[in-house]
Amino acid sequence: MKIAVLGAGAVGRSVAELAGEYGHEVTAVADSRGAVADADGVDVAAAFDRKDEAGSVGDADPDDALAAEYDVLVEATPTTLGDAEPGFGHARAALERDRHVVLANKGPVAERYGDLRALERDSAGDVLFEATVGGAIPVLSTIADFGPSKVTAARGVLNGTANFILSRMAAEGIDYEHVLAEAQDLGVAEADPAFDVDGTDAALKCVILANVLSDGDAEFSLDDAEVDGIRDVPGSALELAAEDGRTVRLIGEASPDGVRVGPRLVPANGTLAVTGTRNIVQLETRHAGRLNVSGRGAGGPETATAVLADVGRLE
Amino acid sequence: MPGDAEAGGDEAGDEVADGSGVRSYTVRLELVDEPGELLRALEPIAESGGNLLSIFHERGNLTPRGHIPVEVDIECPPDRFDDIVAALRDAGVNVIQAGAERYSEEVTVLLAGHIIDTDLSDSLNRIEECSGASVVDLSLSSPEGTDDVSSARIRLAVESGRTDEALSTVRTLADEKDLRVVEPLTNGGETA
Repeated sequence: MKIAVLGAGAVGRSVAELAGEYGHEVTAVADSRGAVADADGVDVAAAFDRKDEAGSVGDADPDDALAAEYDVLVEATPTTLGDAEPGFGHARAALERDRHVVLANKGPVAERYGDLRALERDSAGDVLFEATVGGAIPVLSTIADFGPSKVTAARGVLNGTANFILSRMAAEGIDYEHVLAEAQDLGVAEADPAFDVDGTDAALKCVILANVLSDGDAEFSLDDAEVDGIRDVPGSALELAAEDGRTVRLIGEASPDGVRVGPRLVPANGTLAVTGTRNIVQLETRHAGRLNVSGRGAGGPETATAVLADVGRLE
Repeated sequence: MPGDAEAGGDEAGDEVADGSGVRSYTVRLELVDEPGELLRALEPIAESGGNLLSIFHERGNLTPRGHIPVEVDIECPPDRFDDIVAALRDAGVNVIQAGAERYSEEVTVLLAGHIIDTDLSDSLNRIEECSGASVVDLSLSSPEGTDDVSSARIRLAVESGRTDEALSTVRTLADEKDLRVVEPLTNGGETA
């Protein structure tokens, strides 16, 4: 397949760098400032060397990548809320050209799911978005295999930063502010951690799950989610939980009825009490009980594997 | 150890017309130590629409009259309970004590925030009054002193089927007093 990659952050870069190993060819790469396109294949290493030195992968206009020759557009620009632009517009442009779209960007599927599906219906191209939920973990493809109507609910730990902070607080008995500073030093938490610690990121993933599980019967966006973060969970609360064989995790729940994200009490040695940055998703199925899928929920190469698995499904 | 017995009452878990649902009750009986007496005593319960949860047969203990005490836990709609006790008495079973409601579910929650200086005892009273729950365990931690942020772990014993109601009471109270609640997962999640 010929792939155009929009977004040259950790995920976009990893997709471009690993595409060859998966038997695909990168025909365009764009970042916010420039682009490089070549129908015979872009020199990916050279493009990223150029980005490291000069700040952009190429001299061409970023829109040239949208108009380039490709079978699949990989949308890996930063997630935006509300109108989900520019990601949504990129997906629309590709679908209107009857090309496939693979999203790593959560915005279009969390905020404008119905609009995106309508564009997909009018297009010869398909939209897949495994990378938007749980990084490398095959959550959406598992739901697709079971059939959305055969999965009644999903719940889990879907934000590695918040989980790292809560598991460190519990293990070390230190307060949120100290652990956050440590997480920032380690590069686990962003300088502005709000998106992760306020539950927004986990909520977006749960909204996407709810959209997939309701299979067109209802549409959800972030506004429909009940969201609480972890900032005001004191260390003393984690200690009291530990005395009782429990711990606290930021758990997201998604079903066709809605979305809820917040800190919850779980058994300290239970399935949901994953430590560090690990993610886990539990699916409740109609005929096979509970299914647990766990793994790395973030990271460039990790998330790229989900993108490339989607590309493979479109072949 | 109580032996569990399922009597498979048709009404188990059904909501009654007035929406008050099924409750749990403990009935203390005394039986003559003869074969078949226990079975004879249990028949009226199922026949009157009660669901048998457990039987505690205290062999080795004797009542003042030399009979064997048996504690039976049943579930039934509240409006059936008097009928069940009456049916037992009609069948000649000696009912020593009936009607003590048994809490059959437990739920643990964490509260964080200004717990103590927002009147903790008022909070606990309201949880008990509003949701038919009983606070069976309370642990407090105030590392910053009692007029700063504290945490509490509260274990509630809840009447059968009223856990959601109890959690909802805690949530309302916490909103009002600006406290953070950390709830367990109740619908299908692990709660152990």
